[in-house]
Amino acid sequence: MTTRTPPVTLAVEARASRGLWGDAFSRLRRNKPAIVGMVCIVLFVFVAITAPWLAPFDPNKGGLGKSFEAPSLAHLAGLDKLGRDELSRVIFGARISLLVGVVSVTVGLLVGGVVGVLAGGLGGKVDMVLMRIVDVMLAIPGILLAIGIVAWLGQGLVQIMLAVAVTNAPIFARILRGSLLALRDAEFVTVARSMGADGRRLVLRHMLPNALTALIVAATLALATAIIDVAGLGFLGLGPPDPRTAEWGTMLTDSTEALRRAPHLIFAPGIAIVLSAIGFNLLGDGLRESLDPRLKR
Amino acid sequence: MTHSITPQAATAAGTSPLLEVEDLAVWFPITEGVVFERHTGDVRAVDGVSFSIRRGETLGLVGESGCGKSTTGRAIVRLYKPTRGAIRIDGTDLAGLEGVELRNMRRRMQMVFQDPYASLDPRMNVASIVAEPLEIHGVGTGSERRERVGELLSTVGLDPSHAVRYPHEFSGGQRQRIGVARALALQPDLIVADEPVSALDVSIQAQIINLLGRLQDSFGLTYLFIAHDLSVVRHVSDRIAVMYLGRIVELATAKELHDRPLHPYTVALLSAIPIPDPVREVSRRRIILQGDVPSPVNPPSGCHFHTRCWLRERLGNPEQCVAEAPMPRDLAAGHQVACHFAEKTDGSAEQVLSIGRPVPSASTAPVAPPPTTAGA
Repeated sequence: MTTRTPPVTLAVEARASRGLWGDAFSRLRRNKPAIVGMVCIVLFVFVAITAPWLAPFDPNKGGLGKSFEAPSLAHLAGLDKLGRDELSRVIFGARISLLVGVVSVTVGLLVGGVVGVLAGGLGGKVDMVLMRIVDVMLAIPGILLAIGIVAWLGQGLVQIMLAVAVTNAPIFARILRGSLLALRDAEFVTVARSMGADGRRLVLRHMLPNALTALIVAATLALATAIIDVAGLGFLGLGPPDPRTAEWGTMLTDSTEALRRAPHLIFAPGIAIVLSAIGFNLLGDGLRESLDPRLKR
Repeated sequence: MTHSITPQAATAAGTSPLLEVEDLAVWFPITEGVVFERHTGDVRAVDGVSFSIRRGETLGLVGESGCGKSTTGRAIVRLYKPTRGAIRIDGTDLAGLEGVELRNMRRRMQMVFQDPYASLDPRMNVASIVAEPLEIHGVGTGSERRERVGELLSTVGLDPSHAVRYPHEFSGGQRQRIGVARALALQPDLIVADEPVSALDVSIQAQIINLLGRLQDSFGLTYLFIAHDLSVVRHVSDRIAVMYLGRIVELATAKELHDRPLHPYTVALLSAIPIPDPVREVSRRRIILQGDVPSPVNPPSGCHFHTRCWLRERLGNPEQCVAEAPMPRDLAAGHQVACHFAEKTDGSAEQVLSIGRPVPSASTAPVAPPPTTAGA
């Protein structure tokens, strides 16, 4: 009896070609902490978007007689001092954190990105002037700078976004400028220069795509910081001025005031802040590892 | 502006030089101070280099690390602006060109780089990499470029279907082929190959060298082949120029340079090549140069080589070597040497030992044959 050997197929030829992004993504999928981070983020975003349907109660409907009620089956996280459902307020609070986080990081990324490209791409005097300004901004602790801006511009959601964006922008500018400077003498950039590529092409086509990985990691980590900064401002009484707005930091302050009467109130907003910030941190670390193959273990 | 994508007429192979380099110097300024920069000196990477390359010829440029051979190549493709001197392609001087005029001249000369891992943009696929010179110079439409990329890839021995892949999916030799395809895209006249095989496995080196030779035959290319490995250069070049500390010390046909090296530095370089004959290899004595190459910031006076020269030592350290920079002299047909005492090298024990066999005497030395278009 003869057995026929199955035809050998060349796996190398069969597999589709994928770029460095594809490679990075497949590495990311094998990174467990990053997956945990992504689950946290997906949960956070889902809660924020579906808040009106997900929340069991109206976050602003209270009853004075029910102040500081302990957690029960109906109110899983208890009721606050105005008798509002704490869980529903935490769910609605996710919207504020997500909105402020995404908007402020995006604005910071745009401003910092432009400054970084100008400094790293043009170099020389432009670089020196821009980087000295960045140095001054980085010398002031982020939260202090944010407090100063909110105190100056007045309380409000837009002011908070602006404050967090301003603290983020110099960090992005510095990171992008550093990566671009390192890439300026990379051999593939020299090759393009020898072929007659102009400065715009060198920066936008060759240097920027290769500098992006560091920026993506920084932006992800910055989202975690932004959420904490927003909560921090709220905790210090610089949150949204409308007392009806459910904001995690403000809720935390309110609950510390009533810590002896109703200790249960600190848990829900505290856990929400920790989970969302940790989610972005884990994903950021995972991205750092998967986008830079040199760091592979 | 319409550009035709059909091959340019590169068949006008004659004796007229395609590239003429005259008294080329590239100095890099050294500055001190952060806000107010003071000019405190210069790195004289290239300091008065002259040579010419005929159409279809390969000129090898050899020398130790830091002797200025790469800087010379990069100045020719105008990655650096020359401090002085002329770089003429078909009579047009590139040294002073700027803007559009320079860009148009860049089409005629392309460079192949040493490190095939660093010279390809990791975020671009092969098709974009090879098509980039066409894109920069606005040659052809999108579909014409795609077609040309496929054509170029098969020319260098790669599968055109691999155009969608990324550089990290290829081996070193394959990557260097991609680099060669990119250099060919604009149908240049001159290719400056800066150590194109130094980063490759020895077995792959031969493949790339043979590819370059084949391309020279079919497209009538002219090469400036820069390397530190004299045995590789000897194999591919029609003529060889030897550089030391920013200057050319000897320039001759490959055979002449190998059979009758006249500059003491060339003799020392040749003595470092092992001879594939155990009996002669054991009996010969290598010339070991003492010390390092002096700093190009502060080069020795007179002849740059006098601090390490074995011949000068034997001649009793003549003052002329320190006082006077030797100019290149024609010692035989097309054999230029920049040494005051080159005649003393001829027939010396060192010369004989370095090449491992008797030296043909000057009178019987073959007159330099006109270089053919054939490569290696």
